Amino acid sequence: MHQPTTTPRPSIYYRYEVFEPWLPSAHPAQERQKVVIVGSGPAGMVAALELARHGVPSVLLTAELQFSQGSRAICFTRRSMEILQQVGVADRMTAGGLPWRFGNSFYRGQRVFRMEAPHSEDDRFFPILNVQQQSMEEYLHDACRAQPLIDLRWGNKVVEVTQQGDHATMRVDTPEGEYTLTSDWVIDASGGRSEICAATGLQMEGASYEGFFVIADIRIDLPLPTERLAFFDPEWNPGNTVLMHREPHGIWRVDYQLPKGETPEQALAPESLKARIDAQLASIGHGGLPWEMDWCSVYSARTLTLPDYVHGRVIFTGDAAHLLPIFGVRGANTGFQDAQSLAWHLAFVVKGLAGPALLANHSAERVGAAREIIDEGGKSTRFMTPPTQGFQLLRDAVLSLSLSQDFVRPLYHWRTSRPHEYSHSALNDPGDDNALFTEGPAHGAPPRNVRLGADDYLLDHLGGRHGAGFELLYFTQAAELPAALREVIDAARARDVPLRVIAIGAAQPVAGADATLADAEGRCRQHHGVSASGGAYLLRPDQHVCARWLALDATRLQAALNHALPQ
Amino acid sequence: MNPTPAPTPTLPIDALETVYDQLAQAIDQAAASGRTELFLTKLALLNANALGSAEQFQQQLEAALRDL
Repeated sequence: MHQPTTTPRPSIYYRYEVFEPWLPSAHPAQERQKVVIVGSGPAGMVAALELARHGVPSVLLTAELQFSQGSRAICFTRRSMEILQQVGVADRMTAGGLPWRFGNSFYRGQRVFRMEAPHSEDDRFFPILNVQQQSMEEYLHDACRAQPLIDLRWGNKVVEVTQQGDHATMRVDTPEGEYTLTSDWVIDASGGRSEICAATGLQMEGASYEGFFVIADIRIDLPLPTERLAFFDPEWNPGNTVLMHREPHGIWRVDYQLPKGETPEQALAPESLKARIDAQLASIGHGGLPWEMDWCSVYSARTLTLPDYVHGRVIFTGDAAHLLPIFGVRGANTGFQDAQSLAWHLAFVVKGLAGPALLANHSAERVGAAREIIDEGGKSTRFMTPPTQGFQLLRDAVLSLSLSQDFVRPLYHWRTSRPHEYSHSALNDPGDDNALFTEGPAHGAPPRNVRLGADDYLLDHLGGRHGAGFELLYFTQAAELPAALREVIDAARARDVPLRVIAIGAAQPVAGADATLADAEGRCRQHHGVSASGGAYLLRPDQHVCARWLALDATRLQAALNHALPQ
Repeated sequence: MNPTPAPTPTLPIDALETVYDQLAQAIDQAAASGRTELFLTKLALLNANALGSAEQFQQQLEAALRDL
């Protein structure tokens, strides 16, 4: 019998609500489900919310009765915020979060590198927003609760998954015992310690690094701005690295690397934590300030991914599919992109709008993204926690040179999570004008936000509450869409393919378009490299570009839609 | 006529002899504080940057790894 704890998790700033478990005896016999999602972390909840936007119901199972213990993921990227805007929680994130765009690296008391993340007037969201994971989960959970297509079950632990051709069967344990749940599809979003993944015997590919980091959240009143602070080789922790981030609620995250040979148990001993945090505070000139511990944990860097995320009727997503290094804020931020991608690909298969090839495309795209992150994150990790004598020497040489030599300083810049561009996606249209554009997001790229007016941006008008599906950005000053285009659009909709048309550039509503944006200053047109009426972008349901044309015609629109939905 | 590779600048013998002595003395100086390896790694990075070519640096790495 699964008995999750009913004692609220301890925290000095967050009050944990203990939810009631979902019990099978209080519900009728279980019908076969379309989609069951295992795990209510960031990836699981975004998958459920996105599936619901596409009209696909899901059962969301979560073993615990509370949100995540401790702050865990705290830095959310601009693209994550754009995805969270799609599921309706960006405003709450913004209201509760601390935005930032500068990072500082220090060595021997000198600031040797300052990272400035680009932030233009066309961006609604900052490069990074700091919010504690349990708050983010609370916002997502409230959105899930408001969504009738999501059946969220607290205290439900999946203990076994078996596959039977066109469906999977789960044994689910609850505080009153087990029940059986069958589903056409199972999404494993249960995180880095996935028992489902372990039970399949599937092996992740990649590397694990030896260096351990302590992650500690303390409440302290530090007179410092919200910027990332990285300290290399501080006197109190020779050869190792210390990171600091401001969080909401007067909390600071202190991450520090452990000396070689020290065990996580030794490192988490209260006297060890106290001595080291005191030493770090003293080294930045704030020794003696009172502080209080909220939560701590130990972390080691891994760069691992499954080579395929789709296994029959079970699909792995987020940390259940890959383990990525903490440097560059790649955990939850990658999980959001995984979940957004998976939701639309799976929804279209569930609704019969595309064949299994579409799910294969999801896996290919997201495994590709994970491998890119592993390549980039691996570089950062080898700098932060050098795995061999050679890497140690090079890192130390760079630290030493950086005090006087500019050319090595960019090596301090560990690449921050960015959305993967599906440049070689099978869904990109080979017959469009992609190569002829000199501006704007290319094949497979995420959308380009554009400021349209005060508190008004292009992405505010796409997807989200306006609808889920493909979106055609059609640049025109005419009064109506060409009749031939409307025929292709109507024919797609007649096959139940969701397709919105957003006309951009006309002062009056364009007949045949679902929405019209005046783009009075021509900024949207300019940022998309469109010089004349008739240019267009086709965005997939995850907003990535799959086709763009300098002059769109009906035949080519039909070809792009056919290409994006393989049967 | 056979194409001849572009001449690469080399050190004349008297300059090479100067470098020989300078490098030896600098290694001894770094060794006095036990930082020979760190010093040589820094030097290699500075030289690679001055060389301006990852490809040529790779060739130098291969040459230096030979006959250790």
